[in-house]
Amino acid sequence: MSDAPDKRAERACAEDLLTAFLAAGAERVEPDILLPADTLLDLYGEDIRARAFVTQGPDGGEAMLRPDFTVPIVQRHMATRADPARYAYAGEIFRRQTRADRSAEYLQAGFELFGGVPADADAEVFALIQAVLAPLSPRVATGDLGVLTALVRGFETSERRRAALMRHIWRPARFAALLDRFSGRTPVSPARAALLAESDPMAEAGAEIGLRSRAEVEARIAALRADAAEPPLSKAQVDAIGALLALDMPSPAALVQLYDIASEMPGIADAVDGVARRLDALVKHGIDVSALPFDGALGRGTMEYYDGFVFTFRLAGRDDLPPLATGGRYDALTRALGGGADMRAVGGVIRPAVMLAGDAPC
Amino acid sequence: MLKIGVPSKGRLMEDTFRWFGERGVEMQKIEDREYAGRIDGIDGVEMVLLSAGEIPRELAAGRIHLGVTGSDLVRENLAAWDTRVEPLAPMGFGHADLVIAVPQLWVDVDTLDDLDAVCAAFRARHGHRLRIATKYHRLMRDYLRQHGVADYQLVDSQGATEGTVRNATAEAIADITSTGATLRANHLKMLSDGPVHASQATLFRARAAAWDDAARATLARLSAQLGLA
Repeated sequence: MSDAPDKRAERACAEDLLTAFLAAGAERVEPDILLPADTLLDLYGEDIRARAFVTQGPDGGEAMLRPDFTVPIVQRHMATRADPARYAYAGEIFRRQTRADRSAEYLQAGFELFGGVPADADAEVFALIQAVLAPLSPRVATGDLGVLTALVRGFETSERRRAALMRHIWRPARFAALLDRFSGRTPVSPARAALLAESDPMAEAGAEIGLRSRAEVEARIAALRADAAEPPLSKAQVDAIGALLALDMPSPAALVQLYDIASEMPGIADAVDGVARRLDALVKHGIDVSALPFDGALGRGTMEYYDGFVFTFRLAGRDDLPPLATGGRYDALTRALGGGADMRAVGGVIRPAVMLAGDAPC
Repeated sequence: MLKIGVPSKGRLMEDTFRWFGERGVEMQKIEDREYAGRIDGIDGVEMVLLSAGEIPRELAAGRIHLGVTGSDLVRENLAAWDTRVEPLAPMGFGHADLVIAVPQLWVDVDTLDDLDAVCAAFRARHGHRLRIATKYHRLMRDYLRQHGVADYQLVDSQGATEGTVRNATAEAIADITSTGATLRANHLKMLSDGPVHASQATLFRARAAAWDDAARATLARLSAQLGLA
């Protein structure tokens, strides 16, 4: 809980940010605070319950206190589908916190851009957030999950393996475990080996209970047999993932490394060209990219479903605080919400309360 | 006065009394007064008899300094439990394992890896996330997130959980089991990764209790007498 003066300062700061976003051509939107839980649960899975406040909705179904603005804004945009469209908002966010020193309720101010040319849209959003935070001299990080997803999509292996890896792009531990298994670094378990060696694996199967049918079990066994016959992922492909995730250097140097990886893995050539186009666009927006950090692993491990450009701004020397701002491209999320393959979106959010902890607040 | 909360009835109470008794601290219920007890062999300690299920909450609120309850109840009922309480001693009784069980029909599922792969295929095929019936929501969510399992949903089941799969209200279950017999009778089998949590009765210290000099000194004497490190 915060004192009234703190709350007033936070709100004034959020209003200032909103004014800046509106001046940048955005339309003001005010999504509901109480959101239907179904969409959020389908999108983020059960994990969202640990992070959001779930309650009873007015229609008797489950509702959530707004854990972020992205989902309601995408849904609102789908009604109009203007291209490009710019939206700005400022309002409360509610998150369950495991740390006692983090507020469960705080303000966010954000800017979302739908459509447009991706490199230009990325640069526009980044430059806007950078401009309003510049007085705080924040520490910046950028990355691009689109390169990682392109690398996985271009893997020479079965579609099943590519899909399994894609599904866990945002869960680094599970992603690493899958890579180990597909590359043969993790040996086949005795139970799996025994199952595959069985001439009639269903002989030991118990009674058919539950919705998952015998046919589904048999289909998976067939898939496991096909997978066992699949050659391991090549060392070159696994090494490319390692090289990409390890990138942590200024953007121009990172771009050289990315072109190196692309020479081995042509599947990422378009994504790397996209990084280059974005750097050009950032220069046009007055950003000095020579020292702009690029981190190949940034944006994984969040539940935000960023799948392209990602960025984070932090107060220098205050790693104890959450980021000042985070943002990125979330084309996959708009697709998952029924927006269609052609709908693209990039955005960023700022936390006024963290700005107020800096030397040059708002 | 240092307050210690202990389970108010049943096997858990008896085992707790025996555990302390073996270490020279005699606990007993006072006849005629259901929730009062006396404690001998140590000065400055007051015993409070509580339901084992209420002890986590009392510890978190700091209304008792110490408490004996199942480690599963603490982890299930307290968010960020290790920031609220400190385990002082596992007590070696009240063992109960929280396990995930799936139909024996699923010969292709042996580990969490398999379960995760099945969750993906199940969602694609049936249009909803694979349902796991349990009453241990926090323990399960934390465990499955830690292990990167996706596309599942927890459905609440406060009793007869083993029957939910047969009744088609869930595809898998997570429950406390002391033997596998009930699972087998319901055509279910455990995953081989080991339990989600191996629970036992544990002596906890409440971080939020009033730890003045007197309480600290009493805890030091009690720890020495109980042989805690």
